[in-house]
Amino acid sequence: MNTSFLDTAALAAQVLIGLAIVCASIRLVLGPRAQDRVLSMDTLYVNAMLLVLTHGLRTGNPYVFESALVIAVLGFISTTALAKFLLRGEVIE
Amino acid sequence: MSSTVTGILVVLGAMLALAGSVGLLTLNSFYERVHPPTMGATLGTGLILVACVAHFSDMQQRLVLHHLLIGVFMLVTTPVTYMMLVRAALHRDAAKGQDHLASRHRTSPAPGALEVGGG
Repeated sequence: MNTSFLDTAALAAQVLIGLAIVCASIRLVLGPRAQDRVLSMDTLYVNAMLLVLTHGLRTGNPYVFESALVIAVLGFISTTALAKFLLRGEVIE
Repeated sequence: MSSTVTGILVVLGAMLALAGSVGLLTLNSFYERVHPPTMGATLGTGLILVACVAHFSDMQQRLVLHHLLIGVFMLVTTPVTYMMLVRAALHRDAAKGQDHLASRHRTSPAPGALEVGGG
């Protein structure tokens, strides 16, 4: 009974994070200016990382942790690079 | 018992992430929209990571703590990222001639408003 409760809770969490991804995607399409799109892309990265972590929790696979860490690092680097690009007009100067 | 705590923590974290994204979708200006995603990026991620620590520690019968590395990383990088993004947005707004934050205090945009995000 306990494992089925955890499975149901993880499935519900995956559905909630999927709704969050839909919200961030709508803002990505609507976003009036570039900084709104960068912000929603950063939120998309965070939500995708949470979805991967929840998937690892549901399947019991301990190696999903590495992919979640890689997604977090890539999200930070890409958002920083895009913010630098919006500020200066080029990434590396 | 442990899996009940894990399930509750996972659902709470996912609800925080959903609340952050709904706030990102529904708020009006960019400077209001910056605030909600930090909720999912810090506390939501933290709750799901604590759930992961509890579940894998229970599964492997030893203390598994390396998931907290992601939490530390997110806690350090989220403010840095959003500060850079808001600085870029202030710069772009000032370059376009509309300075939303300065207009709360002054009726006419001052020439020194360009230096708000400087440092």
